[in-house]
Amino acid sequence: MSTVILLLFTGLGLGALYFLVAAGLSLIYGLMGVLNFAHGAFLTLGAFTGWEIARRAGSDNWGIFLLSLIIGAAAGAAFAAFTEFVLIRRLYQRHIEQVLITLGLSLATVALFDGIWGTDPVYIQGPAWFKDTTDILGARIPNDRFVCIVAAVMVLLALVYFLKKTRYGMIIRAGVENRSMVTALGIDVRKAFTLVFTIGGAAAGLGGVLASHYFGYVSPMLGGSLLIFAFIVTVIGGLGSLTGAAIAAVAVAVLQQFANFYLGGTGDFVVVLALALVLLFRPSGLLGRTA
Amino acid sequence: MTTDTDTNSTGRPAVGSGATLPTGKRRTGRRGAGGAPGGAPDTGRPGITGRRLAAWAAGLAGVLLLVLLPLLNISLPGVLPGPSYTPGSLQLLAMCMLMAAAALTYHLLLGVAGLLSFGHALYFGAGVYGLAIILQNLDIPLLPAMGLTLLVVIVLAHVVGSISLRVSGIPFAMVTLAFAQAGSVIVGRNPDGKTGGDEGLTLRTDNLPDFLVGVVNTRNLYWLALAVLVAVFVIVTWVQSSRAGHAAAAVRENELRVRVLGLQPYLVKLLIFVLSAILVSVIGMVFLLLQSGAIPRAISSDLTITLLVMVVLGGVGSRWGAVIGGVFYTILDQRLTALANSEAVRSLPDILRVPLSEPLFILGTLFILVVLFLPGGLAGTAERLGRRRRGRAGNGGAETPREILEDAA
Repeated sequence: MSTVILLLFTGLGLGALYFLVAAGLSLIYGLMGVLNFAHGAFLTLGAFTGWEIARRAGSDNWGIFLLSLIIGAAAGAAFAAFTEFVLIRRLYQRHIEQVLITLGLSLATVALFDGIWGTDPVYIQGPAWFKDTTDILGARIPNDRFVCIVAAVMVLLALVYFLKKTRYGMIIRAGVENRSMVTALGIDVRKAFTLVFTIGGAAAGLGGVLASHYFGYVSPMLGGSLLIFAFIVTVIGGLGSLTGAAIAAVAVAVLQQFANFYLGGTGDFVVVLALALVLLFRPSGLLGRTA
Repeated sequence: MTTDTDTNSTGRPAVGSGATLPTGKRRTGRRGAGGAPGGAPDTGRPGITGRRLAAWAAGLAGVLLLVLLPLLNISLPGVLPGPSYTPGSLQLLAMCMLMAAAALTYHLLLGVAGLLSFGHALYFGAGVYGLAIILQNLDIPLLPAMGLTLLVVIVLAHVVGSISLRVSGIPFAMVTLAFAQAGSVIVGRNPDGKTGGDEGLTLRTDNLPDFLVGVVNTRNLYWLALAVLVAVFVIVTWVQSSRAGHAAAAVRENELRVRVLGLQPYLVKLLIFVLSAILVSVIGMVFLLLQSGAIPRAISSDLTITLLVMVVLGGVGSRWGAVIGGVFYTILDQRLTALANSEAVRSLPDILRVPLSEPLFILGTLFILVVLFLPGGLAGTAERLGRRRRGRAGNGGAETPREILEDAA
């Protein structure tokens, strides 16, 4: 029983990370039709920024940890906004070329991170409380899992509030639904594009800092490895659907953890299998619009 | 090139008009099925023009020169590590040709059928690892082992292709990426010690013919690689000009219209998908012989991305572009790595040294610049320059690769 609970919470923590990456990906794809390969780079930049702050200002401190979260998210957001404004904006309506640009950017930035911080993982430490465990129904859960879960839930709530209640949120939702109609109504969707990229970048940067604490290290490959699962999550959840991404993130991560434990480390394989099944029976994803 | 003359350069749709509906796609069949802007057009059914003949003759002469290269003493400082008959140079050239051939198979997917696959490395890797594992564990000669590997690849490509082709465009890219990643993960996990994990596998040479083993025989491998490149080029040309190739190009342009005509887009796409998987797996097998070992990079998504970069650098939709892109990228990668380790770079201040010592940073940046400013890639640009020199109006050639890319979305 305690193993099940432990796996469940570890899965939820991992699912939280997947969600933070997939949320931005899904919104960007839904609104702009761009598959953003550079999303992993936003995440890695956030993680390294958070690591630099923890290294310089002392790691065993909640204030510094919160600061590293904020600055990490800001770094991701700034990088994402730059990407959209300087590179993507020139190629509106040319979806594949936008994908190629983000692909080139991810190649270049991963190499640059390699050059700056080295290819080997650098280890990170957080507040001492992270290393402790909390007892839930006999299972000893590492505390950093809770931090990830709480952060992801807060991001989800904030995003839902933003999308449902604010003017720009409504423009984004309307844009995902029918972009040409929004344009026809005289609203400049381009601002929404930049905004979506910035939000996605912030979520990814935040996810990066959290991921570095979850895994205990930062490496230039961190973003890329999470990105693949975020892609899977986005497809399973339904492209463009935030709720779908949240559900799929949790489902995929929990499934992965259980398969890793009970089926002899086949977690990644089972996830791809789940993707294949979803595609066979519901090609548009769990909550995607029927194509 | 007759098919390009009526390309209107302003033929972009108004914002949003054709974004969601497949029926809203512009163009009423105003270009032929293949539309290869560089080198050899494949749609010139009515009469072989002089230019086309000249292109083939130039190609033949080039192949002849490449065949004789190991017997000559040619030095290209800055491009080749030594005179052309040395094993180091031949190894690099053979690698260039294998990568060019692999880029051609990717051209078949993207440039012909409009399939943006991020899982092409899976089949390359299946060829590399399949053959390595079979040679390691079974006592059979090379050719039956290759046949067995091919069988595995054919089954694999059918399974993955038939599942992932249920979606198209960007979702297709993501799904193929996921499958390839699963393959890469399995290789990394090293089940039963069969794949060697991160270390890779060393080629077991017991059952190989003698003329393919050892540094002395690099030039045999070079000739093999050249033969593979020529064969792949001929096959891709043939497929592009066959009925299936025309149907695939038509599917790329307007799937709905093809369906209305009574053809089955799904089967056509699956055919092209499986065919390019088979071709690239054979290239992978030769790659194994050339490298005398299987490395995890051969099945990683990085390789797919490399192939995509080659095709885009060379010019999407052009066979010669794919070849040029493959050769150019491989040599540049090799040279930049040498540059990164050179004294001149090491003594630079950090802000210059760090970017310059990362070949992928330079290649990635170059790639972004090409996508932004040279949409036709190297081949498209060369053709545009040639056209300008001959004083012909129109920039239709540059528009075509963009359209091919947009069709894949």
